[in-house]
Amino acid sequence: MIKVVNLHKSFGDLHVLKGVNEHIKKGEVVSVIGPSGSGKSTFLRCLNLLEQPEEGQIFFEGVEITDKKIDINVHRQKMGMVFQHFNVFPHMTVKENITLAPTLLKKMTAAEADQTALELLNRVGLAEKADEYPKRLSGGQKQRLAIVRALAMNPDVMLFDEPTSALDPEMVGEVLNVIKELTVSGMTCIIVTHEMGFAREVSDRVLFMDEGVIMESGTPDEVFGNPQNPRTRDFLSKVL
Amino acid sequence: MLETMGKLITQYWFLFAKGTGYTLLLSGITVFCSSIIGSLFAIARMSQWKIGKVRPLHTLVSAYVEVIRGTPMLVQLYFFYFLLPKVVPQLDLSAFTCIAIACIVNSVAYVAEIIRAGIQAVDKGQMEAARSLGLNQRQTMLKIIIPQAAKNVLPALCNEFVTVIKETSIASTFFVGELMTQYKTMTAALYLTIEPLLIVAVIYFVLTFTLSKGIAVLERRLQSGD
Repeated sequence: MIKVVNLHKSFGDLHVLKGVNEHIKKGEVVSVIGPSGSGKSTFLRCLNLLEQPEEGQIFFEGVEITDKKIDINVHRQKMGMVFQHFNVFPHMTVKENITLAPTLLKKMTAAEADQTALELLNRVGLAEKADEYPKRLSGGQKQRLAIVRALAMNPDVMLFDEPTSALDPEMVGEVLNVIKELTVSGMTCIIVTHEMGFAREVSDRVLFMDEGVIMESGTPDEVFGNPQNPRTRDFLSKVL
Repeated sequence: MLETMGKLITQYWFLFAKGTGYTLLLSGITVFCSSIIGSLFAIARMSQWKIGKVRPLHTLVSAYVEVIRGTPMLVQLYFFYFLLPKVVPQLDLSAFTCIAIACIVNSVAYVAEIIRAGIQAVDKGQMEAARSLGLNQRQTMLKIIIPQAAKNVLPALCNEFVTVIKETSIASTFFVGELMTQYKTMTAALYLTIEPLLIVAVIYFVLTFTLSKGIAVLERRLQSGD
């Protein structure tokens, strides 16, 4: 579904991604772990071109989206993204947050979008908040809203950029539960996370990144149980 | 003194009225034009368009803003008052027009800065979230960034408009007919200084106070969301 070939990205003099190669299949749940500054968030943000890589190619459903001639907006509609800081729209109600993109981009009529929004809100236990503004929501509720906002576009893949890092500890569980349900439902998910237990539990595959490359890739049991790369071992010994 | 002021108002109310009219006209034109041109300049200043390593629009507008903010308003008024009729004599510009243009040129710089700051104060995560949903740049600006920026901008913009009303008094240097011009006329004719000045001050205060209260109401309505 997503194929990444020799991806390079720099911020000024800082060479963050130094040739990342990866192939993510449909329905796969992939967690990306690694120390801060290893490039894992940048890697994720390159996948929908929120960061423009200098070199390398990204293929999404067979289309090279790094090609300058394609309309990235069309492809982004198929890639949902959830951010560390939620980024819900504060000037819109909970429901409007969800219906904005599907109606504006003519994916649904207003009535269909309303219907979808209510179903999604129900699914994450926020139905009674539909007409509230986000400032009345807790961090965990905001993040659940951000997740269903992305789901309303009916994406083929969901990208999670440290979705629980900005949450109070007691709210981490509710957000992880929503993501877990998604992974079980067969959604392709790429999750950058520091929640090692969660990564081990839900992932089909775990990628360990360090110094701008994928150092190790394997099933959770392989990566957590029997890491091959000394870097991985060193990292896991510090966080587990 | 109160008696004199009463007399002044009953006998010369039309001068005060005329002055208020011109003050409102001059500041109205300035506010209207500078809002529109200022918004465009703000966008130009944020433009990423490049020729080689230079961002021509950004550089030009930045230079303009610096020059206007770094020179006194009175100097700018003199400049346009003397320069414009020389540059375009065929247009036969009145003093009022020259001064109005100078006021606009001055205010545009401040408005552009206020709007730019307001837009850039919106968390960049908002732009990323909207773009990640598939909205294009324009849709994101219209639906996500500008509505939020409007709230940031409104108080500062209101201050600027209050400033414009007050600074039109400087235009009396060129006798363009606004409130302070009327004051000068009266002082010269009646040998009264304090009494007409008090009346003029009250009129200015009523104008600016009404404006800021009006905007405060508008602001509260916008804030109702969050």
